[in-house]
Parts: sequence; C-alpha cells; structure tokens
Amino acid sequence: MKKRLVIDKVLFSLIILFSFITIMPLFLILVYIIKEGIGIVNWNFLTGLPKPVGESGGGIFNAILGTAIICLMAFFMAVPIGVGAGIYLSEKKEGRFVELVRICIDILQSAPSIVLGIIAYLWLVKPMKAFSAFSGSVALAIMMLPVVVYNTEESLKIIPYSLREAAFALGVPYYKVILKVVIPSGLSGIITGILIGISRIAGETAPLLFTAFGSPHVNLNPLKPMASLPLLIFNYALSPYPEWIKQAWGASVILCFMIFLLNLLSRIGTKRWKVTL
Amino acid sequence: MEGIKDRIFRFLIFLCASTVILIAAGMCITLFINSLPVLKHMGVSFILSSDWDPVNNKFGILPFLVGTLITSFLSLLISLPFSISTAILLGEYLRKGRMAIFLQNIIDLMAGIPSVIYGFWGLLVLVPIVQKVEIKLNIIPYGVGIFTASIVLATMVIPYTASIAREVISLVPDDLREAGYALGATRWEVIRCIVIPHAKTGIFAGVLLAFGRAIGETMAVTMIIGNRNQIPKSIFAPANTMASAIANQFTEATSDIYVSALIGVGLVLFMVTVIINYAGRYIIKRLEIK
Amino acid sequence: MESNIITTRRLRAYYGFDLILKDIDISIPRNRITAIIGPSGCGKTTLLRCFNRLHELTPGAKIEGKILLEGNDILKLNPIEVRRKIGMVFQKPNPFPNMSIYDNVIAGYKLNGTKQSKEKLDEIVESSLKKAGLWNEVKDSLYKKGIYLSGGQQQRLCIARALAMNPEVLLLDEPTSALDPKSSAYIEEVLVELKKTVTIIIVTHNIAQAGRISDYTAFLYLGRLIEFGPTEKVFTAPKNLQTERYLSGKFG
Repeated sequence: MKKRLVIDKVLFSLIILFSFITIMPLFLILVYIIKEGIGIVNWNFLTGLPKPVGESGGGIFNAILGTAIICLMAFFMAVPIGVGAGIYLSEKKEGRFVELVRICIDILQSAPSIVLGIIAYLWLVKPMKAFSAFSGSVALAIMMLPVVVYNTEESLKIIPYSLREAAFALGVPYYKVILKVVIPSGLSGIITGILIGISRIAGETAPLLFTAFGSPHVNLNPLKPMASLPLLIFNYALSPYPEWIKQAWGASVILCFMIFLLNLLSRIGTKRWKVTL
Repeated sequence: MEGIKDRIFRFLIFLCASTVILIAAGMCITLFINSLPVLKHMGVSFILSSDWDPVNNKFGILPFLVGTLITSFLSLLISLPFSISTAILLGEYLRKGRMAIFLQNIIDLMAGIPSVIYGFWGLLVLVPIVQKVEIKLNIIPYGVGIFTASIVLATMVIPYTASIAREVISLVPDDLREAGYALGATRWEVIRCIVIPHAKTGIFAGVLLAFGRAIGETMAVTMIIGNRNQIPKSIFAPANTMASAIANQFTEATSDIYVSALIGVGLVLFMVTVIINYAGRYIIKRLEIK
Repeated sequence: MESNIITTRRLRAYYGFDLILKDIDISIPRNRITAIIGPSGCGKTTLLRCFNRLHELTPGAKIEGKILLEGNDILKLNPIEVRRKIGMVFQKPNPFPNMSIYDNVIAGYKLNGTKQSKEKLDEIVESSLKKAGLWNEVKDSLYKKGIYLSGGQQQRLCIARALAMNPEVLLLDEPTSALDPKSSAYIEEVLVELKKTVTIIIVTHNIAQAGRISDYTAFLYLGRLIEFGPTEKVFTAPKNLQTERYLSGKFG
C-alpha cells in the first residue's frame, strides 16, 4: 500500500516537472527577445527606414506598414467569403455539397503555409511577372479562410432555433433574420475567429517568401513587392551583419507584441461582445 | 414565394461556400499541372531517387522525404512526454482555478509565437549550445542539423498536442473516474488504468495532427536544418525537409524544370499533410460523436 | 352566431410523407380564446404553425387545403405578410438576446426596417407592455437586456413583442409550460384581458388551463379534429367518447 502511494507521489512530481519544463522555452524565448531587442526599440526604430549595410541606425517602418497593409488586404478577402461560407454551413447543416465544402475546408486548413506561397506564386506572381504585396495577401487570405469559416459556423450553430422562429413569426424575411438576429447573437464568436485568423497570419513568413518578397522602401502599391515584419526578421536573422541581427531582435519584440495584443483583444472581445443566450 | 432579396442572399452565401471549394480544388489542380513536367522527366525516380542535383537536371526527392520524416518523428518523440504531462496536469489535476488558467494561457501564447522567431532563437541560442555538445561528443560541430531542428520543432508542437490531449482527457466521463476511486485506486492508478486507456485514441489523433503540423512547418526548420540535399547520415547531420527545400531554393530556381521539381515537392508535401490531417480529424470527429 | 376570423377547409399538413393533419375543418371565432388540446403528437402545434405558415419552414413540410383569414386564403398570400398579421408566442420564452427590452418590443418594426417616429415607437412600447401586463415592472429598465428578466417576465415580453405588430390573431404554443404556477396564472389573466382586442388561439397540454380561460375548445387526436365547440359543452357533455376519456385523464 505504501509503495502505491509513493508511486502516486513520484509520478505526480514527474508530471509537474515535465509541465514546468514545457513552459520553459516560452520564458527563455521571451526573455531572450526582450533582452536583445528592447534596447533598440525607440521612436526612430519604429518610424525610420532601413539604412544601407554599414551605416548604423535605421528603422523598420516599411515592414510594420507592410505587415499592416498585407494583413488588411487578406482580411478584406477572407472575412466576407469566410463569414458567408460559415453562414451557409450553419444554415444547410447537411447534404453532399455541405460535406464537400467541409472537406475542402479541412484541405485548406491542413495545407502547409509554404504550399500556399507556391499557389499564390503560380496564380498571381507568374502571370503578372512581378512579386507583389497582393499575391502575398492572397496566400494569407487562403490561410485565414478556414479559421473564419470554422468559427463562424460554430458560433452560429449554437444560436437556438427558437430565436429564428421568433423573428420569422414577426414576419421578418429570411435574410434579415440571419443578418439582424442570428449574426448579432453569434457576433462574439465570429469576431474571435477573425482575430485568431489575423494573429495566425500576421507572423507568417513562408507564404510571403516568393510573393510579397520584401522591399527596403515604403511602398503603398499592392502590385509591387512589399516588406513585412516576419520577412524582415528572416532576412536580417540570416545576414552576417551584427547590426541587422540586432534589428531583427527589435523587430521580433514588435511582432510578438502585436500578436500577443491580437490574442488579448480576441479574449476581451469574446467577453465584451458575448451575447447571453 | 420568397422575396428577391432572400434569393440574392441565399445565392451569395452559396457563392461563398462554392468559392471555398473552388480554391481547394484549384490548389490541387494547379499543383498537379505544374508538377507534370518533372513527373514526366523523372518518372517514379522522382520519389525513389536520392540524387537531387539541379545543375544536371536530376531531381530525386528521397533526401527531403527522409529528412522530413526523421525531423518530424524525432520532434514528436521529444515533445511527447512534455505535452502528455501538461495535458494530464491540465485535464486531471488542475481542472479549474487560477493555476490552470495561467498554464493554459502560457500554452496558448507559445502557440502564437511566429515560426520565424522560433527559428531565429534556435539559430542564435540553440545552435551554439548544440555545437558545444557536438565538440564534446567528438562529432563534426555543424550546430545546425536535424537534431537542433527537431528540438525547436518539438517546442513548437507541444502546445498543439497538449491542447488536443487535454480536450480528449476532459471528455473521459467522470463516473468512470469515480468508479476507480471508489475501488481505492490512487490518482495515478486512475490515470493509468482508466483515463489514459479511455483517451488513447484521441491522444493518438492529437499526435497525428501534431505530426502533420511538424511535417509542414517551414520557417524555423529552414533556418536551422542546414540546407543540405543529401540523405542524412546521422541525426546531427545537416539536411533538408520538403518544406525547407522549397523555401531555400524556390527563388534560386532558374530553369523551368527546377521550378517544376520544387512544385512537385510541394505537391507531395501537400498530399502527405492532407492525408495525415484527414486521418487525425476523422478520429476526433468519431470520438466527439460517441 | 359568432363571426369567424379563421376558417380552414380540408387542411392537410405533411412532414415528408407523414400526414400530420388529416382534413381539418375548423372555424375560429373572432375575439375569443380558442384552446387546442389533445395528447402529444396529435398535431396541435402543427395546426397552430399552419396558421402563420411557420410549418413550411421545416424542410420537407407541406400544407394542402385552404386557410381563410377574413375570407382570403393565406396559403396564397406572401407568408411574410401573413406573419405580420398573425402574432405568435412560443413554448419557451425567446426574447432576442442582443436587444434591450425596448428594442425587443419593437423588434417587428426594427427587423422589418419599418420607419416610425420616436414618439410613435415610445407609444407602441408603452401600450404593448401595458397590454402584456409588464409595463409596471420594466418601465424603469427599458434599456436593459431582455434576457435578464425572469422566465414569466420574458414570456410577457414575447407577448408584448407580438402585440406590438397589432396582429389580428395571437397564436400561443403552450406559453406557460416552461413557467412556474404563479407566472402562469398571471399570463392567463393577461390573455383573458387581451381577447377584447385580439383573437387568441392557444395550444395547451394543461386541460385545466383550457377550461379556465378558453371560450372554445378543439380536441385533436391522431391528426383529426375530433370535437370542437364551446368549452363548457366540450368539458361537461363531450359528444365523443375519446374526448371524454382524454378530459378525464384516461390517456394522453
């Protein structure tokens, strides 16, 4: 009996130990990023442009702006289609076509990000014969799409049918029942899904490698190459210049901060827009 | 009897759903068509040959397949004790309370860190450490290579496996647990004899999904695997995975057949991840229905 | 002789191939409370849902025959128009969770996009809530979410929501079955008061409730209308053996 209790204690301690080791990397990475990167983050770093190799200083404004523009474009592509498809699935529920849509969402969800880069390259970069921010945002939009569809469907599925009935009984036409009763009731879940989707794509590098490509300049034209934070970190991290590596740490701080902020927002949003059913 | 606006609305959401199908189908078709040149050129040896020599137009992707499998498998092995421990801790011991929320948040944060930052950190912090170990062990101190990549990959998939395993463990009915306790079992005995057996299919599915993710993971691996196109001779050797080969070589590919070969790698990678993911999801869906 | 507001002719309703209602011929008298009773699965709720054409929203559902509202066949009208004239209250209170009490009452106007002046809306809200017997309890918290009211209050809010559209007929589908006896009793009082202005059709499981508040009672069994007449007569001297057995609690 005593032996059994000892085993119980030992294994519990082991589980605690392993769990503790599990969360160590996060702290190690965060501590390291902050230690190396925070020193360089200042106003010039945030608003300045990259300087040529050899000159010190310079900033990452082009990359911050680029990430924002590329994500925004992806947002405007993925959200309407994703929410629409989510509504469709939650309304239709079953049938062959619905099953096909679900399978396709699973396919999109499991596609490796680098493959999405190839797709956007073949669909847009190759025919247009130029790297472009737009092609990058298409790749990211495809990545974001299944997240938005899934979350929309899940949050609309739990809206009780009685609410729809109540609206129908008031003589409200179908599209208004969906737009004004069902969607507002499931809004918190939909918004959370969108924010999760954005935070998922904001840190992505692989789909941008041969689409948005990167650029040392501030560029507002979506049909030209554009910088982005993850791309800049990748390029600087592999460079031989200590100055650039330093800047890559700084950029990592900014990127992590942005993504944590998005995560936080999605949590607050879940509570803020939550509709009690 | 429906109004015109209702019909337009129904049509629009149908259109959105159709777009999803179009994109997925378009992806498969595009990848396939653009891989055709290399598939014709190489035939079966595209998968079976270990000779990847773009200069002489030889494209055998076996080194990448082997590299991908070893890296993913190794990372799963490394991560498993940690992710399962965390899942048991969260799903069994700490089911509520501040500590549980704290731990769950940390795991979510870990999942949110971009791949490129994991790679950057691995390159600057982990690689020198591995190099020192390799010097001690008296092997060529590359630093970069399969081993380092697997460690970084393991940290990246832990949150994923842990979350799924936790879900599955919390699906185990409480009355089963209570039945165990009522017989005088200790907590560990309940976990080992009741919870784990009951949840093992689901945990397996979670591991499968994590495997799919590890296979497709690109940036971190690209930065620390060493970019070498040969079948690795040891787990400390540099190599390439399918994803890292594409990332490293796509912009350098000059000839059409070289590009086609890399797209072919993409096609194989895509098929492998889709199949593994489908299997994982299928198992989980069946569990949820039960 | 009473004047009738709704008359059905050989009304049949299907779910897929199942015939739920078999040739129902019934005439609902104006400004009276008509109770529809019968054992579970007899088609009472389906009959109610035919009157405002909610039945056909279920996939595979179909209606045949005629339902005349003031002489017009509602099966030939736009269902949306029909539903604005015939209000409905459901078994479980279902206020819109994203709307305040005020907005819930005028939901019919808001959701249909009917423009009304603020004063007019205020007036509608006040009069509807008064008719539903809720005004005094909520007049100071009109902008709170309706979902935070008690079950009985929520159900009266749903009645107010239906009344706000000025319906000619109010359908109630077991409106008190999810409520405690006190709330139920209050809603019964409200309904009796309401029949001055609107025709009420109520489906109920509760025979005593039908006896207390209804003027007419229809007894449905296995999709057929077995007996229909003034409640007093149906309850004290039923013509049909099955009605008698049901009312005396022998089955159902």
